[in-house]
Amino acid sequence: MAVFLPAHFYVLSLALTQPERLDSLLQWSDQPVVKFAEFGLVFLLAVHIFGGLRLLAMEFLPWSANQKTIAASAVAGAFLISTTFFLQAI
Amino acid sequence: MSSEQEMLDVSIWRGDAQSGKFEQFEVPAQESQTILDVVSWVQQNQDPTLSYRYACRVGMCGSCAMMVNGVPRWTCRTHVNKVLDGNKLEVGPLRNLSVIKDLATDMDVFFDKWVAAEGLHHPTKSREEPIEQITSDSAERMEANAGIECINCSICYAACDTVTGNPDYLGPAALQRAWTVYNDAKDADKQVVLDAVSGVGGCLNCHSQGSCSLHCPNDLNPMNAIAGLKRATAASFFRRGR
Amino acid sequence: MLDIRLYMLQRITAMIMAPLTLGHIAVMIYAIQGGLSSAEILGRTQGSVMWFLFYGTFVVAVSVHAAIGLRVIVAETFKMAGFALSVLTWSLCLIFLFMGARAVMAVTML
Repeated sequence: MAVFLPAHFYVLSLALTQPERLDSLLQWSDQPVVKFAEFGLVFLLAVHIFGGLRLLAMEFLPWSANQKTIAASAVAGAFLISTTFFLQAI
Repeated sequence: MSSEQEMLDVSIWRGDAQSGKFEQFEVPAQESQTILDVVSWVQQNQDPTLSYRYACRVGMCGSCAMMVNGVPRWTCRTHVNKVLDGNKLEVGPLRNLSVIKDLATDMDVFFDKWVAAEGLHHPTKSREEPIEQITSDSAERMEANAGIECINCSICYAACDTVTGNPDYLGPAALQRAWTVYNDAKDADKQVVLDAVSGVGGCLNCHSQGSCSLHCPNDLNPMNAIAGLKRATAASFFRRGR
Repeated sequence: MLDIRLYMLQRITAMIMAPLTLGHIAVMIYAIQGGLSSAEILGRTQGSVMWFLFYGTFVVAVSVHAAIGLRVIVAETFKMAGFALSVLTWSLCLIFLFMGARAVMAVTML
């Protein structure tokens, strides 16, 4: 994810200087393999976010045995969001 | 009497802090056998130079803790048939501690960190005053209860990946003890405890992976204790200003 | 930097970003309907104070969060420490901040 970030920022800034390049990059990103990679990325991001929310819950809320349930639903939520993205994106 | 004695293929780590390797031994399998039985058999019958620790051999002192097939366990409480991989076993010294010889590790660092986490009592009263009344069902007392059965066996310390990655990290046992002291209504100096556990090696390094609570043979929950310490340090941080 | 400060920064930027990220994904799902072009993006974002604030905050938060997160990973995996570690952390933060700010300006400035 950390490697993706600078790339993402760079591409967007192309809008300022070289809009034609941005357009051709956007067309390139319509390819299925890129879509698949984006799906993977969003999945990882979702896992990261829900794992983080689980941490915040454990550290700042007085929950206990719920932890395991929450961890499980963390992955579930992650999958749900990434699938939605993928389906919409095709 | 069967002539065909089944043998276990046991791999035991030999060496010291500088170097070492796994040595193979063939150990007769018994119907009911613990890992400690296996290690003792090797030392008594095959190689008297094997060094290992045990004391009570009934699962209450924690001295026999070792890595069994990569998992930290009390060897006197681990039945061979529960962990056998085919007919193979791998026994090694506890992870995250430096080795003195073979299966005996140097526990100094563990105890130094125990002390560094300020797990000691700061008295409020002298012996002349009446005894402080603590109810056994107060929230704080129940919170402290969850961690006081720790016998310093170091299994949580061996299980923790953050200890492996961060040599300054105080570790789950030391932090859990600090949390029990923090929850002691009789303790006078809770801020000292918080300061001790929020430094470079402190509770904030915990990633909440939970290996400590998973492997604790006494079913304690250091991960929870550390989460409590994080809550306390965060609250103190906000109270004292950014 | 003191450890408790790094920890609190990490947790706080995380809490800021949780709703921002979900919002961003929702916006993206909407935006890529029927394909995407630079003209489309700019048509929506140029001159918008709201998007500037939204993504501006996001960039600041993620620069801090990612720099601290990478700091921990590098320290634990590669055992880097001390001055070298701090230099790496700050460099990462500034790189993300600079590139992100450029991207935000690229799409929101007129």
